[in-house]
Amino acid sequence: MSQNKRAASQNRRSQVVLDEDDEGSLTQPSVSQVHKARENFTPVQVDRKVAEVVQFILIKDQKKVPVRRADIVKHVIKEYRILYQDIMKRADRTFEQVFGLKLVEIDSKNHVYILTNRLEQSRDEPNGMCPGNTKTGLLFVILSVIFMKGGSVKETLVWNTLKKLRVDAGEKHEEFGDVKKLITDEFVRQKYLEYVRIPHTEPLEYEFRWGQRAVSEVSKLKMLQFIAELHDQEPQSWTLQYREATSTENNLR
Amino acid sequence: MSRPMGDSHKRFLQTMMRNGIISSVQAKALYRHCCETHGAHYLPDKLEEFIDVINTTLQPMFMHIRKGSSEEDGAQHYALVNMAETDITRMSSDYADNELELFRKTMDMILDTENGIVSSTDLLNCADRLQTKKMKKKETEHVLNKFVQDKWLNEKQGEYTLSTRCIIEMEQYIRKVYQDLIRLCYVCHNIVLQGQICENPDCGIKMHYYCVARYFKGRIDPHCPSCSIFWAHEIPEIQSEPQSQSSSARETATPAPSTSTTRRSRRL
Ligand SMILES: [Zn+2]
Ligand SMILES: [Zn+2]
Repeated sequence: MSQNKRAASQNRRSQVVLDEDDEGSLTQPSVSQVHKARENFTPVQVDRKVAEVVQFILIKDQKKVPVRRADIVKHVIKEYRILYQDIMKRADRTFEQVFGLKLVEIDSKNHVYILTNRLEQSRDEPNGMCPGNTKTGLLFVILSVIFMKGGSVKETLVWNTLKKLRVDAGEKHEEFGDVKKLITDEFVRQKYLEYVRIPHTEPLEYEFRWGQRAVSEVSKLKMLQFIAELHDQEPQSWTLQYREATSTENNLR
Repeated sequence: MSRPMGDSHKRFLQTMMRNGIISSVQAKALYRHCCETHGAHYLPDKLEEFIDVINTTLQPMFMHIRKGSSEEDGAQHYALVNMAETDITRMSSDYADNELELFRKTMDMILDTENGIVSSTDLLNCADRLQTKKMKKKETEHVLNKFVQDKWLNEKQGEYTLSTRCIIEMEQYIRKVYQDLIRLCYVCHNIVLQGQICENPDCGIKMHYYCVARYFKGRIDPHCPSCSIFWAHEIPEIQSEPQSQSSSARETATPAPSTSTTRRSRRL
């Protein structure tokens, strides 16, 4: 887990490097090229492009689908691609300043982005205005099991834990529908969870880890404080988890 | 950007994005919640100013939080509107081509009625004749259900109407595409789909049910405000004050009565 996390934070830190890849023409433009391009487009045109990129990513995010740079270029940026970095930088600023979101690159090789929330989840949003809130609760349980068990858990442990909460992965749940599909498919696609095969197991066994979105959106310290409250103890009594939570907290902010 | 957005504004906007539309009762509660969560100064009657700050910042993004009324009872709502695309291409990322065609057809049919209502039977027939790809009964029902869940249509006992969200979001589009069909309410001057029409063929003004109810409140002998002919429809009751009811209850409340008595063939 700690290795996994380190890799994740490295990904996040890495700059958007425009290297040669499947979009071909997206090589790093020279400074003079960019200057020239800026003269070719009016500020109004560039503003409009930024708005389009913001909208495009927001729509993808509503379904919690990660966005590939190739798609942003192909569907939105098009002939403005030489200003890609300018436009993305401004889009990112917009996400932070207007929407309280943050654009995070979760795969620096293929340039895949997700939007993460910079505002903390609040548990008491008034009268049912937070659809998917119950799913969030389910997710929170799974994430905390993984966290408390050191970063990865076999799937059987998750299913057993949920069973105690009367959520059976083998049965259709009236609120979640197909529970197994929700957890191993939807939450995974949304990058909240990783669901990976454990090597050399026969029969096949799978384990869960935190996904990239969870790493950047969920505060481990808050989670630990919550769990500690449930057990009527101090967060510090879980030494390992507390150390991990406080160190990631510093990295996040 | 005149005043910068605080976290309270951002949280409000995020909830608007998740919901698409909220009632003004919900908006007030949410405004308070957002201020309290982020320690911002909360002034009970400053919701409009609070939303103005968000709207000013949203302007370059071609988005806007717009206010509108429910056709059912006149209750005020706020919807997050995309100004860049005012037609139904806004829905294109959520629906397949034949589903979008069905929605277009549904709007066509609703706009072409006098009372803004279309029956599921008519819609099922229509789905059978789609050009993009025909839909079977079951599939059509599923898609219509999706439109209702995503708050584009309302459904009551097999009858469909355009939702408040749909009317607020697509107002520009409706005004443009259905220029010759839309009617404006004589009282509130907004688009009116569900309402009553003056019996006098030379007059024919139209009013929302709730505007009729408010306009004729307490009058024993109602006359058309335009041509003064006797108002031959049943006057709907005024529904209880929006504040005293939760929005979800209002959303499902039965509409003002007398829709069936006013249905007639379309006058040209
Ligand atoms: Zn009216
Ligand atoms: Zn009249």
